[in-house]
Amino acid sequence: MNGRRSFLRGFFAVLLSGGAIEGVLKLFPSKAHAKEAPRTGAWYGYGVSVDKCIGCARCMDACKNENNVPKEPFFVRTWVERYIIRKNGQTTVKAIAPGDEATPETVSDKRILRSFFVPKLCNQCANPPCVQVCPVGATFQTEDGVVLVNEKTCIGCRYCIQACPYGARYLHPVSHTADKCTFCYHRISQGKLPACVEVCPTQARVFGDLNAAASPMSRFLRMNKIHTLKPGLNTEPKAYYANLDGEVR
Amino acid sequence: MNPELIRSLQELLPQIQGYIYPNEIEIHWGLLIVVYPYITGVVAGAFILASLVKVFNVKEVQPLYRLSLLTALAYLLVAPMALVSHLGHPERFYEILLTPQTSSAMAMFGFVYAWYLMAVLLLEIWFVHRTDMIDMAERSKGATRLLYRALSLFSRDKGERAVAFDHKALKVITIVGIPSAFLLHGYVGFIFGSIKANPWWSSVLIPIVFLFSAIVSGIALVVLLYMIITPLTGGKINMKCVDKSVDFLFYAVIVDFSLEMVDFIHRVYQSEEEIKILSEMVMSKLFSSLIIIQVLLGMLIPLLLISLTKIFKKRFSLNEDMRKMVYFISVILIQFGIFATRWNVVIGGQLFSKSFRGLTTYKMGFGGIEGLLYAIFLLALPIAILFVLLKLLPPWKELREEGEVGTEAAGAGV
Repeated sequence: MNGRRSFLRGFFAVLLSGGAIEGVLKLFPSKAHAKEAPRTGAWYGYGVSVDKCIGCARCMDACKNENNVPKEPFFVRTWVERYIIRKNGQTTVKAIAPGDEATPETVSDKRILRSFFVPKLCNQCANPPCVQVCPVGATFQTEDGVVLVNEKTCIGCRYCIQACPYGARYLHPVSHTADKCTFCYHRISQGKLPACVEVCPTQARVFGDLNAAASPMSRFLRMNKIHTLKPGLNTEPKAYYANLDGEVR
Repeated sequence: MNPELIRSLQELLPQIQGYIYPNEIEIHWGLLIVVYPYITGVVAGAFILASLVKVFNVKEVQPLYRLSLLTALAYLLVAPMALVSHLGHPERFYEILLTPQTSSAMAMFGFVYAWYLMAVLLLEIWFVHRTDMIDMAERSKGATRLLYRALSLFSRDKGERAVAFDHKALKVITIVGIPSAFLLHGYVGFIFGSIKANPWWSSVLIPIVFLFSAIVSGIALVVLLYMIITPLTGGKINMKCVDKSVDFLFYAVIVDFSLEMVDFIHRVYQSEEEIKILSEMVMSKLFSSLIIIQVLLGMLIPLLLISLTKIFKKRFSLNEDMRKMVYFISVILIQFGIFATRWNVVIGGQLFSKSFRGLTTYKMGFGGIEGLLYAIFLLALPIAILFVLLKLLPPWKELREEGEVGTEAAGAGV
């Protein structure tokens, strides 16, 4: 009798502690490393040719129209930064707004070392911190590598907005849920290009399947020296920049 | 569309210094999220004070035992209100409990909270007051009788064995409770400390700093409440008890201050990419709340005041009123200091751009959910709840004890 009792006690203790250990292990992110590109199927990426961008802001207009982004300048899924780096090392950055090109802020040419535009958007990280922190799983990564927000389950806690190193997210003032670039998922799943890529007059923006052997995207990666934003944070961005200046954060 | 939001954001535009990402103009975690860690800090700190009596057998602090437990409960009940009301969709709050994502630090809140409330605080309070509640039920009639019967979960056993079991249970609960209290507030620190995108938050020290500042705020608040409540209810302040509590408070402030200095020196010495914008922020946007209120008024002056009572021990030991005044001023200053600490962490972490090129401004509203009025309401609500709890489970007898009575006897409320 005693033997059986002590056996049962031991058995349940092991069961309990085993369950506890498993529970603790489950707390850790299941994806400690970046989600790898699937061998088959699409794995979408985005290319930006910094040298080709002329700062016309058509991409911003197109994005706002395509995705019902509020017109106010405080909510953007994509934006373009203008960098002016002076000879004394001083750097001025400004997010350009549609219509700005009519009255550019000028700096005497002699004092400028270099100047350029940098389009920005969600980096669709392979190892996305926003997905990791979402308490309800409303932000998720699709099989083809796009990070999306389910606005029906998002509780609007804004933790993902804090966790994004790139400032790509905002709280939509109408739906009160987190919102950001989706690579125009509704378009790309029909084989179309994202709206910003479609309207870019200089092909500064490139989009495509990173797994495809022959696509504008793979050509872009083959023909350029590539850099990503804030690589030290191990987010593994899938927005690739060609000729990116070291001043860009 | 919310025209008020748009208007307030437009007002902020001219105040931006340098360059910030367009989406960063709106400060997402406002006053409510400042109130939240302040409140959970008080909970953890008050509980640690209570454990001093039970686990570490500090008999002098016995009069504060029940008061600190009830204070912890009153504040804990309000903590989730601050969180839920700041959500974009408060009505979906239950999703965090039903479908939590295990990789999210925030998703664990429900479990940490429920554990602390159910397994620690409510249990301990119930065991402490069990025999009292039975007595009260016996003494009262009608609805009150039924209320106390229900509160005591219809237990009637006041026998020796039952009381001995109460004591044993209390010991276990408190021992489990200390790591749980650490977990509760360390966890709140982790929510901030684990955000690698934000160098102001991302630090392993943050949970530990949160812990010690929690202990500081909890002890200071209970001492403050004791010093206010006792004279109001016609009792006499037990200076032995206050002296001892302030002793612990003093050490906790020293540890807290040292930890924050370590963090500060570490950042300045490492001098990473973000140091320029962070120091700019500290010197401009956070100067009054960080340097003046948090460090000077909230730490250095109380430390100086309390050390004066220690250095000039003889003079102060003769003059109780003088000591009372010094303590009273110190604990009030400390409360403001800790609130400023929470402010500097939460708001400070959003005032600089993640492009490290600019600063924005936080404009606090007055009315509305994110406004000052509601925050004051949330800060006052625990006091109101505490008032009800004190009526329900009066600790007066214990509060007025001289502190020399054996721990066990007083703890059981016999």
